[in-house]
Amino acid sequence: MSAPVMALRRCCQRSALLMVARRPWSSSSVSSPPLHTRFLLFLTQRFYDVEMLLSWRSQQRRNGIQRRNAYFGYTRGLYGADIASAYYILSLRGGFRYVGQSDWFRTDRRGKFNWDFLTHKDTPLEEVDMSYTVINYSGLGNLKGQKSLRTLSVRGCPEVDDWFLARLHVFQDSLEELDISHCPHITTGGLSALKNLKGLRRLDVSSLPRISSPGLVVILLEEMLPHCQIIATGYDHSLRQEGGEEIEEQGQRR
Amino acid sequence: MSTCRRLHVTVRTARGLFVSRRQTRLCGHLPSSQSLSTGTLLRNDFFKDLESQFSAMRKKASDALPGSSWSPLQINSNLPPERADIVIVGGGVVGWSIAYWLKQKERVRGGVKVLVVEKDLTYSQASTVLSAGGIRQQFSLPENIHLSLASADFMRNINEHLGVLNEDPVDLQFNHSGYLFLASEEVAHIMEENYSTQRNAGAKVSLLSPTQLKEKFPWMNTDGVVLASHGLENEGWFDPWTLLNAFRRKALSMGAIQCCGEVTDLKYRTSRILSADGDEMDLRRIGSVKVQMPNSLEYQPVECAIVVNAAGASSARLPEMLGIPLPVEPRKRYVYVVHCPDGPGLDTPFLVDYSGVYFRREGLGGNYIAGMSPEEGEEPDTSNLEVDHQFFEDKVWPRLASRVPAFEKLKVTSAWAGFYDYNTLDQNGIIGMHPLINNMYFATGFSGHGLQHSPAVGRAVAELILDGDFTTLNLSGLGFRRVLAQEPMLERNIV
Ligand SMILES: Cc1cc2nc3c(=O)[nH]c(=O)nc-3n(C[C@H](O)[C@H](O)[C@H](O)COP(=O)(O)OP(=O)(O)OC[C@H]3O[C@@H](n4cnc5c(N)ncnc54)[C@H](O)[C@@H]3O)c2cc1C
Repeated sequence: MSAPVMALRRCCQRSALLMVARRPWSSSSVSSPPLHTRFLLFLTQRFYDVEMLLSWRSQQRRNGIQRRNAYFGYTRGLYGADIASAYYILSLRGGFRYVGQSDWFRTDRRGKFNWDFLTHKDTPLEEVDMSYTVINYSGLGNLKGQKSLRTLSVRGCPEVDDWFLARLHVFQDSLEELDISHCPHITTGGLSALKNLKGLRRLDVSSLPRISSPGLVVILLEEMLPHCQIIATGYDHSLRQEGGEEIEEQGQRR
Repeated sequence: MSTCRRLHVTVRTARGLFVSRRQTRLCGHLPSSQSLSTGTLLRNDFFKDLESQFSAMRKKASDALPGSSWSPLQINSNLPPERADIVIVGGGVVGWSIAYWLKQKERVRGGVKVLVVEKDLTYSQASTVLSAGGIRQQFSLPENIHLSLASADFMRNINEHLGVLNEDPVDLQFNHSGYLFLASEEVAHIMEENYSTQRNAGAKVSLLSPTQLKEKFPWMNTDGVVLASHGLENEGWFDPWTLLNAFRRKALSMGAIQCCGEVTDLKYRTSRILSADGDEMDLRRIGSVKVQMPNSLEYQPVECAIVVNAAGASSARLPEMLGIPLPVEPRKRYVYVVHCPDGPGLDTPFLVDYSGVYFRREGLGGNYIAGMSPEEGEEPDTSNLEVDHQFFEDKVWPRLASRVPAFEKLKVTSAWAGFYDYNTLDQNGIIGMHPLINNMYFATGFSGHGLQHSPAVGRAVAELILDGDFTTLNLSGLGFRRVLAQEPMLERNIV
């Protein structure tokens, strides 16, 4: 038997097994990927080589993100924790403001930034804007020591997930404003971890696509964080839909 | 599938026979046959009948012929292979985790042939799907803390580990609400000690005084509490079924083989060895396992090099077949689902009270699940999974309501029971090889925290098998030595 036919047969067997493994009621809400990706995925069902290539590519992507979020231990050793945090933020194209200063340090569109931030040794950060960057759970380790961080924005960050939110407890005494809007991975399971942020005054949870019944969640959030102003725009609060979802939830429960 | 194919083939051969007959007939009486075929429908039916009868006859004849390849065994296509390198008994979360890690660690594709034998693919009795789904770092033994930390790390990156190309990403539905342990006067010092062990191991836990507790969770009645510890990170609960399926899906996609059947017997050889003290002992080596197919008398012996015992609550049965006792037995635990619209909200942690009762939130609609372990002398009968509702009324509810006054007005909406894989020696997992069974590895006895430890336990067992020793987490403390020496390694619990 020729090699491609063998591969095909193996694939068929395998896909049959996968069918068995799949959860009977798994109907995910993931939108379908663009055409070329779908074509490649189609090819992976036929050929191991394409599958290898694709998984290698996604591995490379993950490694890249991981590298950019790596621990800035060297900088920390040379310049101290605050400069290391600052450098990490700028290298990820974010922005920040030192305590007691009015101007922000930011990276421009071409990735260039002002090296003057090095002159502020041992000045902690007060405001950090990481919106639309690839900051993730491990990257947060670079900001861990910032005990006077008051404002953090991770608006629209594709790598911010529930585990990230759970790790925000490192700022539990200082953080007052948090913007987690437009993050594609955040679910209700992570929002409950914000309980640990004692001083939170303002929380932006707008347009989180994976929150299933936003009306109810916002009410519960307000209940959980009584001193905090919750901003939630970008949700369709029509009653009919919400009611439907609640019933659906009831049905799923045992 | 193969039954189908076989059937197809027999039909084809039968048809071939008939067609050739008809052809000879046609040759002989061409005109008359023509008139027949244009004639009545009845005749057509007659020939169809005849055709089917002939094919049945032909089939019978070929089956009865000596030397035909037909045999009743082939009908069951779900039979396991005759040989496998590693047979994992029990397809619960622990079993599939081991299968995944074995395939993950193999050097070449298809390097080890891993067979997972599960007797009930609906998992109606498996503790995995009947558990409460919690994960915590608040243990007192460093081994358990490290197991939880490693497993939490695994779950954080679950799609890197268990994601399958072209399939939906895994969504564990992890709730990061943390565990909250409450301690009374008598046990507060234990909590403090545990706290420092946990911090040293790297767990993010914080201690709370009753005032801080009241401030953080205003819905709670803090009477009797002198200290509380709250997990800040990596603690909460998730959907056990999703984890089990993710492991299974990935392991299958990597080439592990699944088989539905029960391991009912083991074939083994014994050899005499001398211990260091000069005692004679029997060393057993398993040659094959007998896999009994469900609802039939059929069975298949599977020759194997290594057997992994991940059979959960009933895992003591396998070593029993070899005459070796294992201190693991099923113990029934109830979980009650209660509805209470005024109960605590989104911030409800997985609360474990010093009175023994626990509860957590379930979804967002004012539902909670609660339970507690019965006292040692009052263990319920384990022959079935029936729920004792009186236990809730008498034991669980009063304790719940005294801790959370809103629970005075709760309603039980449903309940279920599951079996703990209860280690009667010290309620901790047994991981490793029995010194007197040459090739059986154990991963059982987790007594209520097996689900959360399964990712790390799977890795550890795969290391033991493929690398010969633990390479990431040293779990030799959880091995068989303590069982044989009868030296329990107890958790210092506050409950
Ligand atoms: C009520 C309850 C609450 C719990 N809560 C938690 C919790 O919050 N957190 C936590 O971490 N853990 C919890 N646990 C414990 C946890 O569920 C178990 O420790 C864990 O699921 C054990 O997994 P397993 O794969 O070893 O066993 P199982 O899931 O029981 O799987 C064993 C499988 O082996 C099969 N099997 C047995 N014998 C044979 C045989 N001879 N041949 C073939 N197949 C066989 C069985 O059919 C079964 O499917 C809880 C348990 C219960 C009962």
